[in-house]
Amino acid sequence: MDQQDPKRGRLLQAPENFLTTEGRSRRRALGGLLAGGAALLAAGSVGAAEKASAAVDPKHLPPNLPPWSQNLGKPVGADPYGVPSSFEKNIIRRSSPGLTTTTQSSVAFAPLQNLFGIITPNGLHFERDHNGRPDINPYEHRLMIHGLVREPKIYTMEDLLRFPSVSRIHFVECGANSAMEWANPSVPTVQYTHGMLSCAEWTGVPLSTLLEDAGFDTKQAKYILAEGADAAGLTRTIPISFALDDVLVAYGQNGEMLRPENGYPVRLIVPGVQGVSNVKWLRRIKVGDKPWNTREESLQYSDAMPDGSIRQYTWIQEAKSVITSPSGGQHLMDKGGYYEISGLAWSGRGQIKRVDVSTDGGKNWRTARLQTPVLDKALTRFRMDWHWDGSPALLQSRCIDSTGYVQPKMRQLREVRGTSSIYHNNAIQTWLVDAEGKVHNVEA
Amino acid sequence: MLKPDRMAGALAAVLLLAVALPAQAQGKYGLGQKATPEQIAGWNIDVRPDGAGLPGGQGSVSEGNEVYDANCASCHGTFGESNSYISLTNVGARLNYATTLFDYINRAMPFPHSKALTANQVYAATAYVLNLNDIVPADFVANKDTLPKVKMPAHDKVKPFPGLMSVKGTPDVKNVACMKDCAKDVKVTASLPAGFVENLYGDIRDNFRGLQTMNEQAPPATELPGAADAKATPDVPKLLGTYACTACHAVDHKVVGPAFQDVAAKYQGNAGAVQHLTDKIRKGGSGVWGPIPMPPQSGPSDAELAAIIHWVLSQPAKK
Repeated sequence: MDQQDPKRGRLLQAPENFLTTEGRSRRRALGGLLAGGAALLAAGSVGAAEKASAAVDPKHLPPNLPPWSQNLGKPVGADPYGVPSSFEKNIIRRSSPGLTTTTQSSVAFAPLQNLFGIITPNGLHFERDHNGRPDINPYEHRLMIHGLVREPKIYTMEDLLRFPSVSRIHFVECGANSAMEWANPSVPTVQYTHGMLSCAEWTGVPLSTLLEDAGFDTKQAKYILAEGADAAGLTRTIPISFALDDVLVAYGQNGEMLRPENGYPVRLIVPGVQGVSNVKWLRRIKVGDKPWNTREESLQYSDAMPDGSIRQYTWIQEAKSVITSPSGGQHLMDKGGYYEISGLAWSGRGQIKRVDVSTDGGKNWRTARLQTPVLDKALTRFRMDWHWDGSPALLQSRCIDSTGYVQPKMRQLREVRGTSSIYHNNAIQTWLVDAEGKVHNVEA
Repeated sequence: MLKPDRMAGALAAVLLLAVALPAQAQGKYGLGQKATPEQIAGWNIDVRPDGAGLPGGQGSVSEGNEVYDANCASCHGTFGESNSYISLTNVGARLNYATTLFDYINRAMPFPHSKALTANQVYAATAYVLNLNDIVPADFVANKDTLPKVKMPAHDKVKPFPGLMSVKGTPDVKNVACMKDCAKDVKVTASLPAGFVENLYGDIRDNFRGLQTMNEQAPPATELPGAADAKATPDVPKLLGTYACTACHAVDHKVVGPAFQDVAAKYQGNAGAVQHLTDKIRKGGSGVWGPIPMPPQSGPSDAELAAIIHWVLSQPAKK
């Protein structure tokens, strides 16, 4: 590596370049106070020098040795269930200020700007509850399957964990992801624009196995109703064709049991379908011959069209992509130079075939690299090299899925659906990189 | 070890047994139990537009008025007008079947304590909300025969949309993957207003990993959420949000319930205030501050509730 290259990232320019302008001036004042200048190089906030946990001490840098190279470390197994480094404490789910009236019927967004690859760590998977999150004793949890079946059944969790199981990687996206952007940009970061999106390896029993175990009526069965054990008793209608195809009764999430906020001890995974159908804390499956028209598929999760009509049962999440870095709220600290553009693409209709990236607001596009594996109804990571010339840039990504569908522009969505929609906003996202390197959520 | 002929015999016996018991209770895997009619009856609460699933019982608009004032008005407003929560006027504008209203109230409401109303109460509340929306007359009585027959104003507006009902559905919006010279003028047509992010979200630098070169330095970890968890006293303002107290109360003005400052002024210096307020909050009640009742609150732990009450009582009187 060329140590003299000023464009090779801030670490070589550390420590002063870590600081904001405000922080830098404060640093100078602090340095004056502590004449001699061996001060800790603290972050840009008052009193940070004393706390110093994110500071850089030159005594810890080459050619010196930092204390962790000399002091005996913690015992093995000191953290029986590991937690992220204390330096990663910012990497958390967040609720959008003012979005919901209660903290129980609310949503916490996944920090997409901070994530690598396609798997969402379990503690960061987005959370959307309707009547709060229950904490369920798995020994007292039951799943009932009844309705148009030969024999109605009740399964314990012990039963469910004994059935033949499968593991598959799928995204879950709330139908209202990007809802706040239908009329105009309204939130600052990709966490809030797109963070009702996550992807995990789910393990469980194919729903078809359980339906067959109960002897569902193959002639009359047209739909199932899935119901949660939470206070909402949330219910959604799911076509039997989906249920027999790839729906999972899942208890495993990235190798461990589901987290309570994601449905512990068991939930439905309905690949490619609005998040709300992936019923958490699943307690009941009823087999029937007509849809149920539940509140979450009439009053909510339906789409008001410009002609006054309301679309119902809009299950499929269409192809969508977003650049997660650089993205809103970030700051390209080095004026110009190399930056990797990286983002996520997904489709409820199948696989991602291609992702194109534009740095000029959609005038010209280049095809991005796709990280393998590229899986059905799963997040796909794309990347593209970008040498920023230091002038304002408009970053966009546009994906194409295995059906040939091309992710639309916001304008195209509005032409058909107006601006009264809440759900199914899969528009191309634009990030403006201004001349200072600050990144903003805009429409172009 | 069985000899082959004996094994064949045993196998035949098993097959015979299987034929003799066509409705084998344990299925192919021998897992799960047969659900009894009683078990199913307790959980089988869903209601369809055709009325399937509606229980016996009934409720009138006037009965519903009482149920509503006692259980619903604290959030939805006396006349369903509150915009803080789902506006009940949406029922007239968006809902296509009255049965769905029954199903939802029955399974998910009242918000602090769902599935607590009797079938008669749910019928009554349903009738009252339909009447609030001018959908049924004041003498309407809801039951399993009348409810499916209610023609909702939005009924004909709501239609399934096949384009998103299957993977093979035809999309309604089409874009093409142009690669070069796709647009002449590209302009920023909309952005966030100046100061918006700072005012609503504060300093968002800590939303990013400072380690990544595209970000400014975040505040040190000691200033981050969770760092102060060791604090002995509960963070009352946070608890007020966690337990949705702030849905109905504010510090210095009446919302649905009284201002915390008014509660403090009323009870300050009263020796029994802590116990009195503990009972009021735990059991709920009405009459002290007006007719709209406060629902019983089981959420906060005893220690949290004590901290909340001491915090409320410590609020300075209004100037």
